[in-house]
Amino acid sequence: MSGPSTYEPKTAIERWLDARLPIIRFGVDLMEFPTPKNLNYWWTFGGILAFCLGVQIVSGIVLAMHYDASGAGAFNSIQHIMRDVNYGWLVRYIHTTGASMFFVAVYIHIFRGVYYGSYKAPRELLWLIGAAIYLLMMATAFFGYVLPWGNMSFWGAKVITNIVGAVPVIGPPITTWLVGGFTVDSPTLNRFFSLHYLFPFIIAAFVALHVWALHVPGNSNPTGVDVKSKSDTVPFHPYYTVKDGFAIALFMIVFAIFVFYLPNALLDTDNNIPANPIQTPPHIVPEWYLLPYYAILRAIPDKLMGVIFLALAIGNIFALPWLDTSRVRSMRYRPQAKIYFLFLIIACLVLGYCGAHEPDEKIIPHLTTFTLIDYDVNSSCWLSRVAAVYYFLWFWLITPFLGLRETPLPAPESISTPVLSHPAAAPAGASAAPEKKG
Amino acid sequence: MLRKLLALAALSCAFAGGGAFAETTQAPLKAPNWSFSGPTGMYDQAQLQRGFKVYTEVCSQCHSLNLVTFGDLGRPGGPFYDPKYKDNPNDNPVVKAVAAGWPRKVADIDPDTGDPTHRDATTADVPAPPFPNEPAARASNGGALPPDMSLLAAAREGGPNYIYSILTSYAATPPGISGAPAGKYYNPAYPGDLSSMWKGKGEVPVGGFLAMPPPLTDCKVKFDDGTPCDLSQEAKDIAAFLTWASDPMMDQRKQTGLAVMIYLIIFSGLLYASYRRIWRNVAH
Repeated sequence: MSGPSTYEPKTAIERWLDARLPIIRFGVDLMEFPTPKNLNYWWTFGGILAFCLGVQIVSGIVLAMHYDASGAGAFNSIQHIMRDVNYGWLVRYIHTTGASMFFVAVYIHIFRGVYYGSYKAPRELLWLIGAAIYLLMMATAFFGYVLPWGNMSFWGAKVITNIVGAVPVIGPPITTWLVGGFTVDSPTLNRFFSLHYLFPFIIAAFVALHVWALHVPGNSNPTGVDVKSKSDTVPFHPYYTVKDGFAIALFMIVFAIFVFYLPNALLDTDNNIPANPIQTPPHIVPEWYLLPYYAILRAIPDKLMGVIFLALAIGNIFALPWLDTSRVRSMRYRPQAKIYFLFLIIACLVLGYCGAHEPDEKIIPHLTTFTLIDYDVNSSCWLSRVAAVYYFLWFWLITPFLGLRETPLPAPESISTPVLSHPAAAPAGASAAPEKKG
Repeated sequence: MLRKLLALAALSCAFAGGGAFAETTQAPLKAPNWSFSGPTGMYDQAQLQRGFKVYTEVCSQCHSLNLVTFGDLGRPGGPFYDPKYKDNPNDNPVVKAVAAGWPRKVADIDPDTGDPTHRDATTADVPAPPFPNEPAARASNGGALPPDMSLLAAAREGGPNYIYSILTSYAATPPGISGAPAGKYYNPAYPGDLSSMWKGKGEVPVGGFLAMPPPLTDCKVKFDDGTPCDLSQEAKDIAAFLTWASDPMMDQRKQTGLAVMIYLIIFSGLLYASYRRIWRNVAH
């Protein structure tokens, strides 16, 4: 932890404990951690993500008590949970909805980090640990999606494990080892269950590292200006426990709307058909949070190149701190970067849209133009190519060169400067312009 | 500049939302009013009872219902729920009678001799399936497998609307279709691709051929509660019953949801008030 500890053990037992295992000191320092006072609501998603991880672990442990990880029993054990276990439907819908909510929160958290330059020195390692958590989350979500052993689970597992098989020479034996046989079957399900139970605890360990790495430089903030004095910060508790708490409560309302009223909105109907190795679903699609990557994979006609670009798409996120040359952290003061950032978000959404549709599907209905290479120009495939090109350009061209060429707006002297000059920032109940009143 | 960008983004969304066309086509699904639609909609018990009658007299000749026990029929929200037996629906005499009266007996092992035998169903049993195994089911249905109906409403895009549309949309094979598959039935609501069979002029007809002959006709099932027994009513009731069968906890889910929402909104309000109070002296 950065900064001197403010904890003073007051009782004999606290002094005894503090000399042996300073766990109270640890907790107090964590709660009193000086935090910039200008963090906006985008910063609450860190706390929301911790909440999501807790919800997934607790609901998952309960589900594992009733789940049967075998090809013959998995599908029916899910129905047993849904029908016979008391409030089993609630636990399962919390877990399935929770996975999507977790990804909603992590995407907002990542884009917040990009917009406000939270990955820049001295927070590169913090960013890398976060990117690793995101990667682990995708793996965990994929393993979890296979467990109900519905037909989409089964074919999803087949497609994803085949991606590994595209790697020359070592790919096929690794696939055989991964699925525990020559095709996806009960042994695959069993090991995926084991890994699905293991990975969340690895994520939890990485979260601990993430928080540790956060507490060395301290939080970034919307201005991107470093904390200069004590007046720039407030103690984490109660200021941010209450703000994060309020944000978590709002998040829970959205969460609950899906759990209680739209529990199947994000699930695939084909997954209510038991796994069937001889009946392929008409459209194999991954869950929504993996769709942009799926679109990149399918945009490239060559399987191996597709896999390479899929890996690069994720690798870019890890490399971002070294691709960005701008010394200004926050895009608040980078008007051009702001526009390119907006297009990055659009490109990701477009990729997600294309991932959910067949490559030959038309974007503008009934319009046939001309075929370029393999598909009509007016097709989901070509749209995804345009978006994918922008995605890679943003990382490889725009971000490195913009930082060298742009003229940023002046950033404020300190965190407190824009805070105090902001007209709406006067404390509630304080009269406006008190110096003018007698 | 930003305004232009937003306009561009909105435009691209409008195009993206235009929908894309796969080769598989299907008539738009009919959407009758369901008692269980919307955040407060619940199952209509009388409708579920009629739907169960349709299942018993028609569907169960070919389709199993392997995830629904007779006891489930008497649980809260189910067709034969009776508050008198809310602690144990298995004591419900109606449910017991339905189980004992099920036309097919349950395959079992005689505990004294070890020989295969058959017995009456209890409330813990599911309705004995129409076919002993999958090959037998296929052999009796021209090679097609009648799917288990427990999750049918959840496993089809459109759920009850799809089931209702299939049951009420059977039509004569359109003239211009050549080489229609033998022993299959044209249905515009069934997803299919008729372009290879189409020899007529104009647009290829929507829909496809399915192996199930039209199962319901007017007054194929006579309802005990005096409800008119036309095809549309029968189709509606079985679709409602199958929706219940695939999601029997919906009533409980929506009731719990209402309490949870009220709680969370009050809780958020309190947290917001605390937030305002704690931050009142900090400019931020």
